[in-house]
Amino acid sequence: MSLILDKINYVYSEGTAYQIQALKDVNLEIRDGQFIGVIGHTGSGKSTLIQHLNGLVKATSGTIYFNGQDIYDEDFDLRELRNRVGLVFQYPEHQLFETTIFDDVSFGPKNQGLSKEEAGLRAFEALRSVGLPEELYYQSPFDLSGGQKRRVAIAGVLAMKPEVLILDEPTAGLDPAGRDEILDLVARMHKEKGITVILVSHSMEDVAKYVERIIVMNHGQVMFDNTPCEVFKHYKELEQIGLAAPQVTYLMHELKEKGLNVNTEATTVAEARESLLEVLLGREPNHRGSNLEEENLC
Amino acid sequence: MLRDITLGQYYPADSVIHKLDPRVKLFATLIYIISLFCFKGIAALLAATAFLFAVIKTSKVPFKFMVKGLKAIMVLMLITALFNLFLTPGEPIVQLWIFKITAEGAQNAVLMAIRLTYLILGTSIMTLTTTPNQLTDGLEKSLMPLSKIGIPVHAIAMMMSIALRFIPILIEETDKIMKAQMARGADFESGNLIHKVKNMVPLLVPLFVSAFRRADDLAMAMEARCYNGGEGRTKMKPLKYVALDHKAYAIIFAYFIVILLCRTFLPWPM
Repeated sequence: MSLILDKINYVYSEGTAYQIQALKDVNLEIRDGQFIGVIGHTGSGKSTLIQHLNGLVKATSGTIYFNGQDIYDEDFDLRELRNRVGLVFQYPEHQLFETTIFDDVSFGPKNQGLSKEEAGLRAFEALRSVGLPEELYYQSPFDLSGGQKRRVAIAGVLAMKPEVLILDEPTAGLDPAGRDEILDLVARMHKEKGITVILVSHSMEDVAKYVERIIVMNHGQVMFDNTPCEVFKHYKELEQIGLAAPQVTYLMHELKEKGLNVNTEATTVAEARESLLEVLLGREPNHRGSNLEEENLC
Repeated sequence: MLRDITLGQYYPADSVIHKLDPRVKLFATLIYIISLFCFKGIAALLAATAFLFAVIKTSKVPFKFMVKGLKAIMVLMLITALFNLFLTPGEPIVQLWIFKITAEGAQNAVLMAIRLTYLILGTSIMTLTTTPNQLTDGLEKSLMPLSKIGIPVHAIAMMMSIALRFIPILIEETDKIMKAQMARGADFESGNLIHKVKNMVPLLVPLFVSAFRRADDLAMAMEARCYNGGEGRTKMKPLKYVALDHKAYAIIFAYFIVILLCRTFLPWPM
């Protein structure tokens, strides 16, 4: 199970005065079960990139292989690909249309050709997993709050049981509580069901906290593709392209400059705390947090 | 896919025609259209042709952009020409069963085709060299006298410019929603007509919801900026005639007089 992008180029409005090269020679391999973060400033090609992964946008040149099959082959079933690679767009709540929440979430499974009962079952399951109160299931999705609408929209994709889940800035415009809810939900899906997750985000904190691999996009090209601590080591270069490292990274660098021998590779608050405890309580410095149980250790 | 559609066909270039006041262009287009339908005689036709091509040349817009507009009315032109060709009474020159072609018919058909072609080319020059906003500005100012008799000219012009401004936004929105629903397995292409219409629901409902939301937001934003209609409102770039515009008016009047003179003194051969 993997997605391989081979020299993907994409040009918008080719042959007109408004021609823009959105992607330039992108080579990527997305292996099964990974939790990947995609970062990049506005217009760096992130959204275009993820729309290639389920075949919504066809590359100008280059190929994408899904489980070894070329998705641009004439006899490749793109709908089947879209069933297996779920894509949650930015502001997904804007795509709700049905009269009840339950019907809206069943839309995807029904399109997959499932029977009414099966689609209903999937919808129930998905709505429960996003934690929506059951008394709301048969109400209009337009009466919900912003955060709830977004959870319903994400449930609409989850109900299709994708093997790869792509989320384009799922936390944009949400308050901190709503943001944590969504991200925890995604992390839980990844952990429990083992689905591959690709998270597009602007928040370095979110990315550092959850993902195991970061892809940095800049001007349509992959600039870095590595673990969070390796990527955030280049925080000066990230700043140059309009991004930043997590706040913690800056703090640790400053402490180090002031003479405290802390681990500057810490990218989450938990790691930073561990490193500080080591230094301050006289434990061995730069011990690299051996007694930590965080997932994304350096 | 959808973003490739261009609306309002403004072609940016640095030409005298582009710099003209939109009111001049609106007026000139009107005069030109009138001249097309009242000219008589080959001399007037030549004058109209020369005038048209001189303006096209000065506008610096590639000719192929003008021809684009012609394709759209090809069918209309063909039908008009055929009707003229077969249904004009007069001396038949060719007769086939119940169809007869008269000399007058042939002449009318050719003339009508030429008039329609020139009409489209002439109006294309206006839309190609004037941005939609300039155009509504020009319309608003030209029609201002009508507000004295209770016609809300400013409101109409404002609605027009807002509508024009929102077309590309709504196209982008449609594109986005379409993709989002396709990601959920929606199918907008296959099936029979009833099926296709039904499949549009997941696209149209969110689109309408978002259009209303945007309208609400815009109304709110306008009110927050104390917008309360045209009364006493000033403009950042008020329309003002300059020497160039006066010259343009003189030229268009001169052209019109030439056409009228030809009509009176050289009506041959029509």
